[in-house]
Amino acid sequence: MSRKTIKVDYLARVEGEGGLSIKMKDDRVVDVQLRIFEPPRFFEAFLQGRSFMEVPDITARICGICPVAYQMSSCHAMESIAGVQVDGMLRELRRLLYCGEWIESHALHTFMLHAPDFLGYPDAIQMAKDHPDLVKLALRLKKHGNDIMVRLAGREIHPINVRVGGFYRVPTRQELLSLVDDLKWSRDAAREAVEALAGLPFPEFEQDYEYVALRHPDEYPFNEGRLVSNKGLDIDIADYDQHFVEVHVAYSSALHSRLKKRDNYHVGPLARYNLNFDRLPSSVKKIAKAHKLEPPVNNPFRSIAVRGLETLFAVEEALRIIESYEPPPLPYVEVVPRAGTGHGCTEAPRGILYHRYTLDDNGIVLDARIVPPTSQNQKTIENDLWRFVEQGIATNMEHDLLAHTCEQAIRNYDPCISCSTHFLKLDFEQV
Amino acid sequence: MTDKKPKLAVWKFASCDGCQLSILDCEDELLAVADAVEIAYFPEATSAESPPPYDISLVEGSITTEHDIKRIQTIRKRSKALVTIGACATAGGIQALRNFADVRDFTRTVYARPEYIRTLEKSTPIADHVFVDFELRGCPVNKYQLLEVLNAFLNGRKPNIPAYSVCVECKRGGVACVAVTQGVACLGPITHAGCGALCPRFNRGCYGCFGPMETPNPESLADWWLAHGMQPAEVQRALRTFNAYAEPFRKESERHES
Repeated sequence: MSRKTIKVDYLARVEGEGGLSIKMKDDRVVDVQLRIFEPPRFFEAFLQGRSFMEVPDITARICGICPVAYQMSSCHAMESIAGVQVDGMLRELRRLLYCGEWIESHALHTFMLHAPDFLGYPDAIQMAKDHPDLVKLALRLKKHGNDIMVRLAGREIHPINVRVGGFYRVPTRQELLSLVDDLKWSRDAAREAVEALAGLPFPEFEQDYEYVALRHPDEYPFNEGRLVSNKGLDIDIADYDQHFVEVHVAYSSALHSRLKKRDNYHVGPLARYNLNFDRLPSSVKKIAKAHKLEPPVNNPFRSIAVRGLETLFAVEEALRIIESYEPPPLPYVEVVPRAGTGHGCTEAPRGILYHRYTLDDNGIVLDARIVPPTSQNQKTIENDLWRFVEQGIATNMEHDLLAHTCEQAIRNYDPCISCSTHFLKLDFEQV
Repeated sequence: MTDKKPKLAVWKFASCDGCQLSILDCEDELLAVADAVEIAYFPEATSAESPPPYDISLVEGSITTEHDIKRIQTIRKRSKALVTIGACATAGGIQALRNFADVRDFTRTVYARPEYIRTLEKSTPIADHVFVDFELRGCPVNKYQLLEVLNAFLNGRKPNIPAYSVCVECKRGGVACVAVTQGVACLGPITHAGCGALCPRFNRGCYGCFGPMETPNPESLADWWLAHGMQPAEVQRALRTFNAYAEPFRKESERHES
């Protein structure tokens, strides 16, 4: 009996602590486990008893790489409970902040963490020896994403200027205009980046996914929209719990999400892009077409190029917002708490991030539930690995290359394991 | 060929990854840092590894499992200098809020199958388990302070990281006091400097993410807040965030148990 395994004890170039084990028997895959051993931190438990105003700063600490996503989903949930709508320039500033996070997160992932897989390096620093211009371009692009966050919200990790209802202080027009020259450079850089990323060598691996993303009537989604899929889902975010369940498996401190009616699904850049291509500005669509990236893109390895396109979109969107910016009269809308349950769902760089809170009359949290993107993708990642390994065996792929490409396949999802371990309450379980 | 670069290792325990991400956020300096040291272990950034000993280990995150107690002891043995980066490693982090509750209740609240979860009752700082050469504060750390600490250790000098309060940063930066002018509750008087008075610059009170300054007087600040109408529960919550288990904040917060 031949029995082989692919085992990665500690995945590198991802956020947080995870490992991989794939068992094969007689040239068939018999088990795939993406193991998440990031220790639990119990956010949903200690959020109970906190004031609604403290929540965005606390949930930001779930993830150092996408804190804005946590702040935004928390704020929207609290505002929905209070019946407050944040619009006009305050809404634009929130989009601008999200642009900053997408730019820095996508530039980090595509060039510093994922591109080395495609080009055969252990990291971006080694890659810089042979491709110095590319790595310097990526670092500068990332920096200008961070510049938006620093200018608008104080710092790039755990920004301090986001509050329920808006901001503590809004920037002057001049403060934002000073970003424009660098963002114009970034627009050219992002186009170059797309060209470089679209030209990488991609393994053949087309899949039939159920993509889930937000969809807004006229915007490429950041903060708002309905939850839709390519297989018939079209719901208000408040109905999330009726359609999705989480399952606790023994080998992971993150819970697996599934659609109740079907099964696993796919969130993140590929999902957003395939479902919202028509909402991109024509300038971005044109670049996509020039690089043969029209939707649907169903090869997860090509998500790296789609991240490049989303980076270009985020830079253009940031420029659009800044050019039309006039400081609003007040930095925030007053939010008076009341008892109730509210929902927030926004597009983190790696996919939808759902929050649900129940408050009492004084705005104290009675119950919190957080569903991060990586836990939603876990099952899809495992399915990809299963199929990819079987495909590799069938084509006699060499074992080391297969093992290496499995790690690369996990990075297709830009997994944020630190996030995913924070901690979903179960409605359902399966053993 | 005889120039051997010092070996740098970066370790993660319970955390959000933000402090080690600060290294990658040094976009202008990253390639220079990578030139000055050998990055021997830094899984968030590289899949390459080289063997111990390490000249300097940066440690992010708090200790929350039995396995991690053993791991930090091994890291200590293999490191000439060990520096903690951030509030989790230095004070136990936001996850130390379990230290004021029963972690079994927390596990049941979050997980359907609590028996799958292995965790300690308390989240503790690295210095509770091994000797720490330097503790860099902040949630997250200030990346320029991180570069200063690296620079200092690589050159055998003491890091220039002032331990005075955020108030000093406001005064030096010409920032009007938000507590005095707006009556905002501000932890600046007892909070360690390092952020550059970020929150007051953005018109809000400091929320203490750098933890206690050297010799703080939290009792006096809390009494002042109470005299101005804050409720004991609000005082307690203000002290119980990212550095809740740092002794001065912890002790004062316990004075306001309801």
